[in-house]
Amino acid sequence: MSTDPDLIHIPPETAITEGEFVRGTSLWRDAWRRLLKNKLAVFGLIVVVLITISAIIGPTVIKRTTGFTPDYIPTDDIRLIKSFPPFTGPDGKFSWTHPMGTDNAGRDQFARVLQGGQISLFVGIISTLVSLLIGVSYGAIAGYVGGRVDNLMMRVVDILYSLPYVIVVIVLLSMFRSQTARGQLVLLFVALGAVSWLTMARIVRGQVLSLKNQEFVMAAKATGVSTPRIIFRHLVPNTLGPVIVYATLTIPQVMLTEAFLSFLGFGVQAPLASWGSLASDGIQNIAIFPWQLIFPGVTMALTLFSLNFLGDGLRDALDPQMRTV
Amino acid sequence: MENDNLMSQPNGNLLEVKDLRTYFETEDGIVKAVDGISFQLKRGETLGIVGESGSGKSVTNLSIIRLIPDPPGKIVSGEVVFNGQDLLLLTNEAVRKIRGRRIAMIFQDPMTSLNPFMKISRQLMEMTQLHLGHSKAQAREHAIKMLETVGIPDAAARADNYPHEFSGGMRQRVMIAMALSCEPELLIADEPTTALDVTIQAQILELIKTLKRETGTSVVLITHDLGVVAGMTDHVIVMYAGKIVEQAKTSELFALPGNPYTKGLLKSVPDPTAEQGKLYQIPGLPPDVAHLKPGCPFAPRCEKVQEICHREFPPFVQLNADHYSLCHFAREVYAESGGGRVS
Repeated sequence: MSTDPDLIHIPPETAITEGEFVRGTSLWRDAWRRLLKNKLAVFGLIVVVLITISAIIGPTVIKRTTGFTPDYIPTDDIRLIKSFPPFTGPDGKFSWTHPMGTDNAGRDQFARVLQGGQISLFVGIISTLVSLLIGVSYGAIAGYVGGRVDNLMMRVVDILYSLPYVIVVIVLLSMFRSQTARGQLVLLFVALGAVSWLTMARIVRGQVLSLKNQEFVMAAKATGVSTPRIIFRHLVPNTLGPVIVYATLTIPQVMLTEAFLSFLGFGVQAPLASWGSLASDGIQNIAIFPWQLIFPGVTMALTLFSLNFLGDGLRDALDPQMRTV
Repeated sequence: MENDNLMSQPNGNLLEVKDLRTYFETEDGIVKAVDGISFQLKRGETLGIVGESGSGKSVTNLSIIRLIPDPPGKIVSGEVVFNGQDLLLLTNEAVRKIRGRRIAMIFQDPMTSLNPFMKISRQLMEMTQLHLGHSKAQAREHAIKMLETVGIPDAAARADNYPHEFSGGMRQRVMIAMALSCEPELLIADEPTTALDVTIQAQILELIKTLKRETGTSVVLITHDLGVVAGMTDHVIVMYAGKIVEQAKTSELFALPGNPYTKGLLKSVPDPTAEQGKLYQIPGLPPDVAHLKPGCPFAPRCEKVQEICHREFPPFVQLNADHYSLCHFAREVYAESGGGRVS
């Protein structure tokens, strides 16, 4: 095609009067600005980031500085009671060595809580990713294809919904009980991921249903774009707002379930630890050594609070109805 | 079915629609949105399709590229011969390769027909990557070239904007750039200016006209604005209730309308030079196409209505070489307009 500008009646300079280059604010930048205005959400974001960072690098730092590892059991100490209160050394005087005290076996509680954080956050994130992957694809396909396929796919979701999922997970975990702690962890991911995608599928389906009749989908079809490409390149990105919000709210939900399962002894197995299994260990000695329950419990509660605040903040920030500049 | 013969049919027609019927099954009964439409379009020509809302203009064109939502819609019968190939007989995959590559479409509302979550450049690049096998770099270069062609200033920088950063007129330019980026043989413009204000309308129409002249693309222009038709098209089809009521060369249709409905439409166009009295309006509303009575669908609103109009469906009368009118009294109306002395 010739692009000789002389052939075009309207010279480009006069064609569009508002042609000045404007860097408009994108949806994401807008949302980010609104999120920063929400104090609770910012608090949540900061706490989540801090806890995540310290969970990732904490155990290594502690090992470097004090020599403790989460699994380090002091062998030179032959006393009967190895649980020290926070900020107390073996001699009963103030000391920085164990800021959260030690557990039954004399292991540093701080290192264990941080390591437990690793596993807890990992379980939360991986299971949420699994639920994103399955839920988004499933919901998008059901919503776009529609008709009988949609009906069938969503009835499957309804049926799975009606099963008490904690019991399903417990059955799954006890049926395929793994010999190794790592194997058990993988099972936990699978079990939690398999039940947490249902709501995501419903949310995405609803979004796609309302989007698929918009003209840009028709325009994409009219340009010969294939159906899978329309679903995953054109429709799914448009559902991201609610998906992100729901994913942020799924993480604490999954973490809570993991803690619950570990507390019951189905989840993370020793020597690995999660906040749930630490709390489960701590509850046995709650009357004498309360710090063994309090520290993992408080850390987890703080994280869950923060994630929920963040999720709520994101919902407000990404909701176009809230747009008041 | 013949082979994919690029050198068009012997009679020079790029597109031939024969007795196309598209019905929608609704709870209210079968809606005959398009009911037995036939027309031809020659290479390089522009065809205008005019009609009120709901007369079947858009459905006709969606049927051509097989984008009727099924269910509830269904192309019941007919042929859409494009370059010697009946599109209605092709597989979905084959039609998908024609869409955008050889038949492109511009939609009514530029505000909603671009994906709000994709950069302009990516939406344009998708077309050529898909159909012409361009690499990313090639596609991007082509996209920017197309944006320049349609008069987007500073195209290279603006290509990475999102649709909401463009005004309505600019978005329609982007849609045109997208539609023309694979140099299609047929461009279907479905009310391309309806959602735009008048000055932008003129610019967009001028742009389509210019690009059409440059590329030799054939155009089907759907509109309800007779002014647009007059300036842009070679032939006009007037549709009413899913039927073609009049078909003629544009100049002839405006000078010598042969159908009472067309006459009414022409009378409704306000004349800026005349004294502004009360504007003329065809009385009544378009009929419910789900429950058509046996007679002429326009009969209840027609000035010239006779007893036969309510009883019998009117014939499609040929008034001269390429002027047809669907009316019992086509010749009388035509003569009244001043035509038909020869035939």
